Amino acid sequence: MIGMSKIVRTITSAVFPFVMIYGLYVIAHGHLTPGGGFQGGAVVASSLAMILVAYGSVWVVGRIKEKHLSILESLGAIGFIGLGFLGIILVLFYSSYEGSFFKNFLIGQNTIPIFNEIGKGLSNINTAGVLPLMNFAVGLKVIAGLFVIVLVMAYATRVKEGK
Amino acid sequence: MSGRNFAAIIFFAIVAVFLAFGALMMHPFGEFDEENYPEMDQYIIDNTQNETGADNGVTSVVFDYRGFDTLGEATVLFTAVAGVVLLFRRLKK
Repeated sequence: MIGMSKIVRTITSAVFPFVMIYGLYVIAHGHLTPGGGFQGGAVVASSLAMILVAYGSVWVVGRIKEKHLSILESLGAIGFIGLGFLGIILVLFYSSYEGSFFKNFLIGQNTIPIFNEIGKGLSNINTAGVLPLMNFAVGLKVIAGLFVIVLVMAYATRVKEGK
Repeated sequence: MSGRNFAAIIFFAIVAVFLAFGALMMHPFGEFDEENYPEMDQYIIDNTQNETGADNGVTSVVFDYRGFDTLGEATVLFTAVAGVVLLFRRLKK
């Protein structure tokens, strides 16, 4: 796919950071406001797809390699499953602790002082235990996954320039 | 009519009968069915903030109470990415 005209490119460059910041906001506030890793990741991936449509797939592939995106997606998946398994593994370190798969092990303890408070309002972002970390992992996975789908399909069916 | 079409019609008729009975046996929309679903939803509404610390109950259900289901969704996304990359590999030069 060849890129579009200069007007479209300029408008896309102006709108792109706002769309991306909105998606990252939805990911980061997944445990407080509606949304989460999947939804915010879809918003960020659509902003990247907007860049892909405006600038063309050849331009994008010259800057982002598909291999790096797949590494990002695998990192998200490993982080998500690892957080699930930490609920089992941390039984060994807390004596009065009942572990299970996908246990929210950060809530209700004082050893690790991150995300361990109980939310009583929409402004408390350091709450909800392991949920924000899982939102980050799933968001990373969805961003990389959806963008690599769009990128591979656009690059594989591209039309050569000048033909 | 060939035997294959006949078998397909019989199969879809059976599926349609099961779907119709399933739709007729659903409990009325919006009414609280105390016999079949005694306390699950009310338990989540009451305890989600103290147990998970999250203000957003939907996220606490998706990532905490039903974390295994989210793992399945992530696997579906991974399978979709793998399928697309595998399918379009031949077209790339």
